Amino acid sequence: MDILTCVKRVPNTGEKIVLTDDKQAVDASGLGFTVSPHEECAVEEAIQQVEQHGGTATVLTLGPEDASDELVTAVARGADEPVLLEAPDTSADPMATADAIVDYIESRGDGEVPFDVLLFGNESADAGNYQVGVRVANALGLPCVTGIKDIELEDTTATAKREVSGGWEVFEVPLPAVISVKEGINHPRYASMRGRMQARRTPIETVEVDLAGDERFEMVELEVPETEAAEAEILGDSADAASAVVDILEELEVL
Amino acid sequence: MVLALVEHVEGEPLEESLQMLTLAREIAEAEGESVHGVAFGDGVDGLTDRLEDAGLEVLYMVSLDGIDRYAPIAWAASLEQLADETDPAAVLAAGTDRGNEVLAHIGARNDLPVVANCLSVEVGETYTLERQRWGGSLIEHARLRAGPKVMSVALHELPIESAGSGAPTVESFTPELTEVEHLVTVDRFEESEEEGISLTDANVVIGGGRGVGNAEDFDKLEELAELIGAAVGSSRAAVNEGWRPHDDQIGQTGAKISPELYIAAGISGAVQHMVGCKGSKHLLAINTDPEAGIIQKANWAVLGDLHEVIPAITEEIRRRQGE
Repeated sequence: MDILTCVKRVPNTGEKIVLTDDKQAVDASGLGFTVSPHEECAVEEAIQQVEQHGGTATVLTLGPEDASDELVTAVARGADEPVLLEAPDTSADPMATADAIVDYIESRGDGEVPFDVLLFGNESADAGNYQVGVRVANALGLPCVTGIKDIELEDTTATAKREVSGGWEVFEVPLPAVISVKEGINHPRYASMRGRMQARRTPIETVEVDLAGDERFEMVELEVPETEAAEAEILGDSADAASAVVDILEELEVL
Repeated sequence: MVLALVEHVEGEPLEESLQMLTLAREIAEAEGESVHGVAFGDGVDGLTDRLEDAGLEVLYMVSLDGIDRYAPIAWAASLEQLADETDPAAVLAAGTDRGNEVLAHIGARNDLPVVANCLSVEVGETYTLERQRWGGSLIEHARLRAGPKVMSVALHELPIESAGSGAPTVESFTPELTEVEHLVTVDRFEESEEEGISLTDANVVIGGGRGVGNAEDFDKLEELAELIGAAVGSSRAAVNEGWRPHDDQIGQTGAKISPELYIAAGISGAVQHMVGCKGSKHLLAINTDPEAGIIQKANWAVLGDLHEVIPAITEEIRRRQGE
């Protein structure tokens, strides 16, 4: 199984999101970067499937040179081949992002998709547009399933499960296929310091991309919504507060 | 005209779809037009009655040849064919898994931008809109120029309003589908074996975070939950520690809960977690750290050790029940 996993570099968030002065981005100077949780799981899924079936786990990201840190992490976890589509930043719109990924895939195959599975996160943590995987699938003429939390691969088919209220919807699609996954599909392993040191020696295939950007959709600015400054009523600082808590449970009629 | 995908479970429209229709009506009114709904599954009893107040002029009931379960591309193709006939200014769906997926297919197949999780729209030749990012902890102000405008609507942000317009005219519709459009369909449904009340249905949720300290001490939360019929959830930190399964995770990449009361124990209040519990009507935080972010967002707080406070609450309830 040759699997391509596409990940997006996003800022870490703690208890508060801080914007840059021009309100065009999240200020990542404090907490640094990571990849979206769904995509951490996509990388883990690729590694596990390759461990089980053999093949190659390729990991791709689109962004500036710094974004290759996330590729190093993926390689330290067990991915084989890192690919950086080098662009000025990670904020490309979903159409331009999908185009760049499709161009790369087409450049690698002789008219055929050179992977059995293309894995994506269901949606990026930051922009949350829910569509890059679908756009790539459509452009390449591949079947696509999204929101997947269980994958079984056989020679020519994938069985993929999506969680819905009360159970699971099960899809069966022919390979190659695009599958976007959700956190919970597996438990991502940590990258050890040693693994990370070794991963830094893995050469990264770097392709410069020219992002056209779609003028039909334009971000103006970001805003942190104002939350009502709730004044929490302090009920106590020990087990003695239990009585006050139960009073509230009774008041809310939830007992 | 605004074309709106109305999702339903056996004729009962999803709340999220009814919320979406609130924005659909606003857009239609500003465009000086009407809202036409699209629902899948022909002959569904009751849906038309349940949509009597939804302000729909027409409801298309779509049946698909040879497909009786969810099929994202076939759904997208159906909406496209209806759009070809009706030339809508906008195509809307709720920002559910299905809604976002179907709209993404429409965008991909027709080279149109798709804007996910919109909160508000100012109509003009260009739409000026607000949408959610980071699971709702950021708002993006944006402009959309394409036609038709393809947008999903953020969940649980808009009210369900009665438009009191009477039942829609029902029209049956069967699209012509290609082989590709038949390719991806739900093959079968498997029921889950979970027991107990689910996080999303529970009236009270008790969440535990890193402050719980280990897997065993979640028993204290479980004991209280069992006593009052609550569900136990956890933060992403506790899941990453391996103390709880991911199914219990509340947050941006886990369950979105909306109980009457959420008791957050040993949870600091990271953005990732708060966007999953912001639908809670009331929040009680139990935390030893008075500076924890969650204290500022709580209605009530106990600034103590959950390992002592939670068992004391359990004991106090038992005592009162014994009286």
